Amino acid sequence: MLSYDPNWQEVLQSSFMMNAAMAGLYIAIAAGVIGYFTIARQSTFASHALAHIGLPGATGAALFGLPISLGMGAFCFIGALVIGALGKKASQREIATGTVLAFATGLGLFFARLSSAASQQMQSILFGSILTITHEQIIGFLIFDIFLLIAVTILYKPLLFSSLDEQVAQAKGVPIFWMNITFMVLLSGVITIAVPAVGTLLIFALIITPAAAANNFTNTPFKAMIVATLICLCSIWLGLLLSAMFPTPPSFVIVTITTIIWAISKLYDKAIRNS
Amino acid sequence: MPIENISAAIHFQDTAVAYGNHTIWQHGNFYIPKGSVTAIVGTNGTGKTTMMMAELGLMPLSQGKLTVLGKPAGADNRRIGYVPQNYTATINSNITCEQSVLLGLTGTSFGIHFTTKKQKAKAMQAMQFVGIDHKAHYRLSQLSGGMRQRVAIAQALVSDPELLLLDEPLANLDLASQHAIIQVLEKLNKQLGMTIQVVAHDLNMLLPILTGAVYLLDGHPHYAAMNDVLDAELLTHLYGTKVQVITTPQGEMFVTPGAVSHTQLDTHAPQELASIHHHEDEHCRHQ
Repeated sequence: MLSYDPNWQEVLQSSFMMNAAMAGLYIAIAAGVIGYFTIARQSTFASHALAHIGLPGATGAALFGLPISLGMGAFCFIGALVIGALGKKASQREIATGTVLAFATGLGLFFARLSSAASQQMQSILFGSILTITHEQIIGFLIFDIFLLIAVTILYKPLLFSSLDEQVAQAKGVPIFWMNITFMVLLSGVITIAVPAVGTLLIFALIITPAAAANNFTNTPFKAMIVATLICLCSIWLGLLLSAMFPTPPSFVIVTITTIIWAISKLYDKAIRNS
Repeated sequence: MPIENISAAIHFQDTAVAYGNHTIWQHGNFYIPKGSVTAIVGTNGTGKTTMMMAELGLMPLSQGKLTVLGKPAGADNRRIGYVPQNYTATINSNITCEQSVLLGLTGTSFGIHFTTKKQKAKAMQAMQFVGIDHKAHYRLSQLSGGMRQRVAIAQALVSDPELLLLDEPLANLDLASQHAIIQVLEKLNKQLGMTIQVVAHDLNMLLPILTGAVYLLDGHPHYAAMNDVLDAELLTHLYGTKVQVITTPQGEMFVTPGAVSHTQLDTHAPQELASIHHHEDEHCRHQ
């Protein structure tokens, strides 16, 4: 049953909650920026798959006592290189991607069952544990965000062009192979930092759903990225607040909020189409 | 040694392309004149799109030479406007017409570049030319297929190309939209003198503006002026099904499927082909 915690203000002021809020900011920036391109490139399923490809890396790292983000990031990175090298169309191959996704999830479970330490981590990897994010992780997120923003600023127009009109961009001289690899690697980085917030199973709701909603609310790519970031940020912060007031898993509240905002955006989109 | 033809927009010299060991077509020896409107015709799988890819330098040649606008294919694609097949069929983006057209000018620039007033004016000019300026701030996802195709053409036009390549621009469009696209192409050719090449399944809509056609038959590309292409026997072999060319009392021509024939059509018999098309006089039949 849902209960109310009268001491929620104290909970909010705790250091783990502060860390979670700060992590939320950095995760929102990364997810907001990359989400737009993921949708424009029709690679949303690939983003979901990458999170699952990272799962055995995460549980494997827990098995060997290594940082989970390191294992997750390494597997995501390799997965991104493979999907990127196969080309944009490969990220739309749902059956192949889905099969690899299922296998990776199974492998993740296998590693998790090899040790009790990894087994304990399994639930937080799958569903997120934003309240356990450490100060070191936050520094890592910040560094990644700076790198991501510099990369996207430099690549913005060619990345957008190749996302929307790959064949024309290629004919005009945009190096689409490298665009693809770079995009997938950036995406793998975003997934690696977003998994601690909502976990591999719910990642879609944090990277894709806010960007899809922002697409409905705005009419330029840049505005969409800003709005997606704000939706992401509001969802995470509001999620933390509500989960402190009514003790519930923050991941659940966060994805509930993004889903509600997305549903509203669909209604808005329908309304402007009919107007 | 073949001589470079300065009146040629596209010049094939013993050109061949292959996927791995499989030759798609070979012995392409013809040129397409500047200022012409040509169709690339042939049945499915004969390499029509491949030909366009080769002209853009995106498909390596396995043999011969291919010169486009005086340079080797792919060397100067800035002077070429390209509209691929199903270009705007699936748009998962909130992008507007204007932004899409602007990408034709700014899409290859790395780093921070703010769109200038001049670039916006240029995009507006391209949109006006194809008749979509009133939809400039509409999202692509709000437009019909025909409108999106016009956006794609505007994007190709915005950089002032000398050659426009369109892959199946009329596919999946209703008659009115097809007609609107044809009018735009005619205007580009007549007013701006632009050389236009179109991959097409159905010749009929294009017939009024075509000056010639490249037809892919028996693994060879050939170029011929329109009167030579509009030959029922040739088209029958080209499409692998009985085809008739009908001229109305008003002088309009139509290509139409003929009566169903129960005899097996052989589109590849060399002795038959030899009597239909002639390799030696393909170069200058256009003018």
